[in-house]
Amino acid sequence: MSPLQTLRVAIRAILRNKLRSLLTALGIIVGVGVLIAISAVGEGAKQNVSDKFASMGSNLLIVLSGSASTGGSRGGSGSMPTLTWDDLQAIQNECSAVRRAAPALRTRVSVVSDEQNWSTEVQGTTPDFFIIREWQTTSGVIFTQADTDDGTKIAMLGRTVADKIFPGMADPSGATIRIKNIPFLVGGILAKKGQNPMGQDYDDVVVVPLKAYQRFIAGGFNAYINGAILVNSYSPEATARASTQVSRLLRDRHRLVDGLDDDFSVRNLTEMVQAQVEGVETVAMLLWITAAVSLLVGGIGIMNIMLVSVTERTREIGLRMAVGATPGQILIQFMTEALTLAVVGGGLGIAMGVGSAMVLAWWLGWSVLIRPEITLLAFGVSAGVGLVFGIYPAYRASRLDPIDALRYE
Amino acid sequence: MTDPLIRLASLAKVYHMGDVDVHALRGATLDIAAGDFVAVMGASGSGKSTLMNILGCLDRPSSGAYRLDGRDVSGLDRSELALVRNRTIGFVFQSFNLLSRTSALENVELPLLYAGVGNRERHARAHEALQRVGLGDRVDHHPNQLSGGQQQRVAIARSLVGRPRLILADEPTGNLDTRTSVEIMVLFQELGRSGITIVLVTHEADIAEYAARVIVMRDGLVREDRRQTPRDAAATLAAWPATEPEPVAPVAGGAP
Ligand SMILES: Nc1ncnc2c1ncn2[C@@H]1O[C@H](COP(=O)(O)OP(=O)(O)OP(=O)(O)O)[C@@H](O)[C@H]1O
Ligand SMILES: [Mg+2]
Repeated sequence: MSPLQTLRVAIRAILRNKLRSLLTALGIIVGVGVLIAISAVGEGAKQNVSDKFASMGSNLLIVLSGSASTGGSRGGSGSMPTLTWDDLQAIQNECSAVRRAAPALRTRVSVVSDEQNWSTEVQGTTPDFFIIREWQTTSGVIFTQADTDDGTKIAMLGRTVADKIFPGMADPSGATIRIKNIPFLVGGILAKKGQNPMGQDYDDVVVVPLKAYQRFIAGGFNAYINGAILVNSYSPEATARASTQVSRLLRDRHRLVDGLDDDFSVRNLTEMVQAQVEGVETVAMLLWITAAVSLLVGGIGIMNIMLVSVTERTREIGLRMAVGATPGQILIQFMTEALTLAVVGGGLGIAMGVGSAMVLAWWLGWSVLIRPEITLLAFGVSAGVGLVFGIYPAYRASRLDPIDALRYE
Repeated sequence: MTDPLIRLASLAKVYHMGDVDVHALRGATLDIAAGDFVAVMGASGSGKSTLMNILGCLDRPSSGAYRLDGRDVSGLDRSELALVRNRTIGFVFQSFNLLSRTSALENVELPLLYAGVGNRERHARAHEALQRVGLGDRVDHHPNQLSGGQQQRVAIARSLVGRPRLILADEPTGNLDTRTSVEIMVLFQELGRSGITIVLVTHEADIAEYAARVIVMRDGLVREDRRQTPRDAAATLAAWPATEPEPVAPVAGGAP
């Protein structure tokens, strides 16, 4: 019997019980669907996470007050500041792997335009901040070192803030806003960055020169840095080195003897990207297991229905044997049937997976990445399931005794 | 003298049913020459079907020898037996055993499918076989759209499509009324004339009249073996009394 004929007979047998076949294939459909969807969304998520970290700036270290194991990990708030301006200077001057360092003081206040006000985060820093964060303006210019030193009242607006307090205005540069009732000139609008990896809006920010921040917003000079120090290293490879150098320097400067914990923390953004990706991978892992279980259940479903089919068609098998079908031909016939069922289920699953991945991606605002090799793999896996779970029923069919089978009621 | 098509020597078949041994055949010895038309008779349980199954290579004897066409087939494995069934033997069953929801044509094509005959030739030969049994206009009918007699004709077409040397029929008219039975016997006689060897089990003496040789079995042994001048089925049918009511509801046969 030619393979084509065998396939024809198999398809016919499957179509004879359409609903039953569909229900049987459901396990495979779901398994493959989940498999495709997670790989598509998972890849998209990873891409998404690293895109977002990239938007924070590359080769970036963030130095915060407080140890990593205490409140310090929450952006320095809730713990006493321990970083000083001399620490900043020392990091800049003494660490060979550090290219630039900038303070980022921050607080939440309302900013007010003529018609709107908006509560946002105001940061005080130096022009290096924008270089470290790789942040450009879409209009206006970034304030200069001279502005920083003089305490010029200039404000750089994040896109979100600009939209909130100057609705409908493409370029509010040159306008005036009030922060704590002090008028600031809008120096420019910062390019859109999107969300940070924790889902906060990068663009919901106002950045002002350090001196102006201290004088008008923080209400005076403080020997400690109420915020973070942003550090950028010379290269991705230098980041880890810079991290060690900064830690060692600060321990030294803070006179922490052996056995005392750090009173600061240095966060490596690259490592954080990895942590996030690992988080995504953990979720993906759970879904992989779901897919695997579903495929297993699907396989058992196929085996079950094939066994039922063999029993139901015992007389047919007997007759086929009587007219000359060899046990091998019967085996191949039923294997083909299981395989067809599984592969068609796999095909439907792929369609379903791609569909749901697209819906999910649209919903989460991620990009989907459907890799062709995953599709091939899905087909392979369904075929494998069909073969593994089809072999026993098919073997049973092929071992039937023709007379017993013909007599079977 | 040439070898007979079938040569059985002390053929025995024992079924083991738990502790009990059922001796279905107790040493049957029999030759059947090529082209012969044999009717096998005997009481229920005398071993007729057991004999037919072994003749048809569906089953193997417990002891004794079976030579088919000069070849010892009692020691063949399952695949080799399948090949013999496919190439040398055609079966006709009491309950027709047609595939349901499958056209007459495809039912007839079945043996050729396993013989690996190509599409075009397969269709042509199946058509020809259906024509030969008088169903040239029913090729697309499914078994449930055919009368019992017609279903048995499809089964006969299927048995002859592989050009077998031997056709085995176990009570082929058992589910049919008298007139339809004679119509089926007309077909068998035609096949016999074309050189095919026919062995047919029947309970009815008037069906056995159409055979050239009658074998009677009792307790797993061949007890009687006689030759006779076969009655002409076609002539019987031509002379069929017109007054006799036409068969209306043919007994439905089970299909797998
Ligand atoms: N598969 C089997 N297992 C056990 N015993 C069997 C089996 N098949 C047949 N027999 C026994 O073998 C004996 C012969 O059976 P067989 O079917 O050959 O009789 P038969 O002549 O065809 O009868 P009938 O005219 O009723 O069809 C019977 O006693 C039967 O019970
Ligand atoms: Mg019988």
